[in-house]
Amino acid sequence: MTAFRVEVRVMPRGALLDPQGQAVEHALHALGFGDVTRVRVGKHLVLDLEAASDDEAAARARTMCERLLANPITEDFQVSVRSS
Amino acid sequence: MRRVAVVVFPGSNCEAETLAAAQAAGADAYFVWHRDTDLRQADVVILPGGFSYGDYLRSGAIARFSPVMAAVTAHARAGGAVLGICNGFQILCEAGLLPGGLMRNAGLRFVSRPMRVRVEATDTPFTCQYAKGEILDIPIAHGDGRFVAEARTMAELEASERIVWRYVLDNPTGSNDAIAGISSANRNVVGIMPHPERRSAPVLGSPDGARVFQSMEACNAPQHADDVRVGGDQHLRV
Repeated sequence: MTAFRVEVRVMPRGALLDPQGQAVEHALHALGFGDVTRVRVGKHLVLDLEAASDDEAAARARTMCERLLANPITEDFQVSVRSS
Repeated sequence: MRRVAVVVFPGSNCEAETLAAAQAAGADAYFVWHRDTDLRQADVVILPGGFSYGDYLRSGAIARFSPVMAAVTAHARAGGAVLGICNGFQILCEAGLLPGGLMRNAGLRFVSRPMRVRVEATDTPFTCQYAKGEILDIPIAHGDGRFVAEARTMAELEASERIVWRYVLDNPTGSNDAIAGISSANRNVVGIMPHPERRSAPVLGSPDGARVFQSMEACNAPQHADDVRVGGDQHLRV
């Protein structure tokens, strides 16, 4: 077994209103960053886990996302793995 | 007198009012701790409002894996009546017992104030004592109450008259289609964001919410398929 670090990015679905992203976008505009055209706010989770391979670590993390870490109705997720 | 289990999660904070409202309606109501796996022959299960597990990750996301939820799911699947109020509604969505999800309010603010709420469906165990179209004065108190669902689900909810309550006048959370509450396809599982237990007696400002609890006493809702009651030293199927 090898130690892996899995990073999970959970984002609100693109089609859904993201009021946090909008609030941050407005604040950036107020600070003079008028070049920003869209902001979305999500979550970043870092998991340390043991697995036989990076594929297995990624598969485990995707299962965790489907069961708990992301809500498939409102959120999308991406998983990235590296050995730690 | 129906047996009503009010489930208490760490972070629930409306369980006492909910229990009192159920008792005032004549129910034999009692608390069940989230670690319990036995609903003690409940006819009705209520998941009360609050902030289970601090709303960590997503509201209701962790509570839905509490040990008691296996029994709640079995009760619901067998046709037993289940009501989720506010955080309870969020838990039912996370558990897949109701469709859709509840996201951060559109205005990002926690909204705590009375709302005008219209009864849209009276064929549920929690609304049968209301008249369709009746407008109630019931408060909301939540930060994550914006109901969202895929277009197909929204169309299905509308077509099968599963939208049980809607906000009228205004919709400060940005809930899709002004939805304040919905039911499952067979009507036995119901979620509501406003707090009927907070308007369950005139002394609380209005009795508009009391009939949610009177309905569950009065309606001939299906009971748990395998419900067994202990009477004396005999087990009686009911």
